[in-house]
Amino acid sequence: MTAVFGVPLPAILGQLMLGLVNGSFYALLSLGLAVIFGLLGVVNFAHGAFYMLGAFAAYIGLQFFGVNYWCSLILAPLSVGILGVLIERLFLRHLYRLDPLYGLLLTFGIALIFEGIMRGLFGASGKSYPVPPSLRGGFNLGFMVLPVYRAWVVLAALTVCAATWLLIERTRLGAMLRAATENAPLTQAFGINVPLLVMSTYGAGVALAALAGVLAAPVIQVSPMMGSSLVTVVFAVVVIGGMGSIIGAIVSGLVLGLIEGLTKVVYPEASNIVVFVIMAVVLIWRPSGLFGRE
Amino acid sequence: MKLKSTAAALGALIGFHVYSQAAAAGGQIVIGDIDDLSGVYADVQGQGGVEAINMAIADAGGTVLGKKVIVLSADHQNKPDIGASKFREWADQSGLNMVIGGSNTGVSIAMAKVAAAKKVPFFPIGAGGASLTGADCTPYSIHYAYDTTALANGTASAIVHQGRKSWFFITADYAFGTQLQEAATRVVLANGGKVLGAVRAPLGTTDYSSFLLQAQASGAQVLGLANAGLDFSNSLKGADEFGLTKTMTPAALLAFLSDIHSLTLQTAQGLYLTTAWYWDLNEESRAFGKRFFAKMHKEPTMTQAAYYSATLQYLNAVKTVGSTAAELVMAQLKKVKINDMFTKNGYIRADGLMVHTMYVMQVKTPAESKYPWDYYKVVKVMPGEEAYGTQPDPNCPLSAK
Repeated sequence: MTAVFGVPLPAILGQLMLGLVNGSFYALLSLGLAVIFGLLGVVNFAHGAFYMLGAFAAYIGLQFFGVNYWCSLILAPLSVGILGVLIERLFLRHLYRLDPLYGLLLTFGIALIFEGIMRGLFGASGKSYPVPPSLRGGFNLGFMVLPVYRAWVVLAALTVCAATWLLIERTRLGAMLRAATENAPLTQAFGINVPLLVMSTYGAGVALAALAGVLAAPVIQVSPMMGSSLVTVVFAVVVIGGMGSIIGAIVSGLVLGLIEGLTKVVYPEASNIVVFVIMAVVLIWRPSGLFGRE
Repeated sequence: MKLKSTAAALGALIGFHVYSQAAAAGGQIVIGDIDDLSGVYADVQGQGGVEAINMAIADAGGTVLGKKVIVLSADHQNKPDIGASKFREWADQSGLNMVIGGSNTGVSIAMAKVAAAKKVPFFPIGAGGASLTGADCTPYSIHYAYDTTALANGTASAIVHQGRKSWFFITADYAFGTQLQEAATRVVLANGGKVLGAVRAPLGTTDYSSFLLQAQASGAQVLGLANAGLDFSNSLKGADEFGLTKTMTPAALLAFLSDIHSLTLQTAQGLYLTTAWYWDLNEESRAFGKRFFAKMHKEPTMTQAAYYSATLQYLNAVKTVGSTAAELVMAQLKKVKINDMFTKNGYIRADGLMVHTMYVMQVKTPAESKYPWDYYKVVKVMPGEEAYGTQPDPNCPLSAK
């Protein structure tokens, strides 16, 4: 059997595959963060909480209203997205003129409140969400058995990432978004409703986080803490990719997922810090991130 | 990342919520509960633990020696420094008489040092590390509900004796996980088994798929999960998804009723685990379960039952000696047999370990479960000496006496 650094090749391939799955989650979450930062200049610390709420929305839908997984994929992001819009209208928009620190503190506080509420309602050990029947089983890839559901996650996440990128880079709506990012007053002067644009962007970014939550629900325990452990990693991903860069968020999400996967084979104890080590190196070498513009 | 460090500092501040009542030293007996109230272990005791203490106080009459018994509770957030400093603060300012330690061995080890310095009776209950009555023992500690030795002698021994001898461990990377893995490894090796590998996963890991793949590649027959709470749930859920539960026997080296409830029987069925107490063991335990359920809307875990028992036994000892003086109470506790709804004929060994009966359980299948919370069937009843050993831990200086 061939081996790389003393690790058998099939094991490496297996870990790379799993890294790709995790990378898809990172990409989907960091994409929403990058979009929000790009247009609003808000460091959205509540992103992990919205991810958690998306997963809980799916769980609540299934348990209490019999909403199946496929409907949840639409309904959960929609309802959490509306919540995001409300938060933008009621709180966030008052902070745009201030230092970004205020937005960060507000969203961080919102995250703590949502986590506390869900802990009070559902407890800390979380809830189980079953894998939808049509996605059970596994593909035998030779070097590992890949559960069908994980393959679906990669496919769904990459499709959504590609669609978002196309929307922003290739459509008229995307052009307006980019214009508002560059110069909001001038864009407004051309008759484009910038506040509406900003509000919908925040809602859409939040909905992306909730979508990632629904995708994650069948594979990990749906618990109030699921977002807080992820959000710091995802922030590191965004910083590495370059704050506000869409393509940077997607690419660095996938690549860091792969690197983290390899770390789990070589030195598992370091698997939760490898992303931050890379972030430190990137910040020294390219302070604006790999894809950032300076 | 200046923003991030600011946010982290703020988080620590906001997270540090303490539900303490104003306490004046003197006219009261003050019991402290320092536990994880908001993190991965918050469902194991958490608010239910506080409720169990209150139930014991009510059963002791609410006042003891003419003094009102009150409870202080704090969230240690799984940080040893927070647990230790809260303990010290209450001992200095609030007239603290006794402390119950919740989850997390790392935190309890730090608190034990304060107990020794401040001479306050200390009952680690949620924490499992056997070193609490070994290298980290103190004259004021009583390790009450279970420890890593008993868990290994229960679950690991039961599985090895069924002929499944090759093991792979997924271990929580801190004091508790490593002690549990060591204890289980000793049992496996002593019974002619072997350990093919182990990975240490950081506390709070959500995605275990990489580790599970390594476990699968090892070819071991048994997947030993040396973790707890949400870590345990996520690793078992992953094992189920990746089909490991079909090819390997999962061994829950520590699982609480709350974990099985959140995982559902569909995922947890067939699992072997070791517990000190189960609500559906006998009439007394069911009666306690019913009272607890009325308040908390869930059946109590073994450690919540132990919270009740420890509080009751402490207050009984105070009544008997007619004083809250730590030395007198500790001497009394080590003299009597412990008989209540938690255990029968339990006793406290020289090193501070409460020796009592343990049960090896198997989780029922959904078909076997006849009513809500009907989760376990008894596989084996382990007498205290079989679970905890016949001799006090030689690493504890108190054992020599």
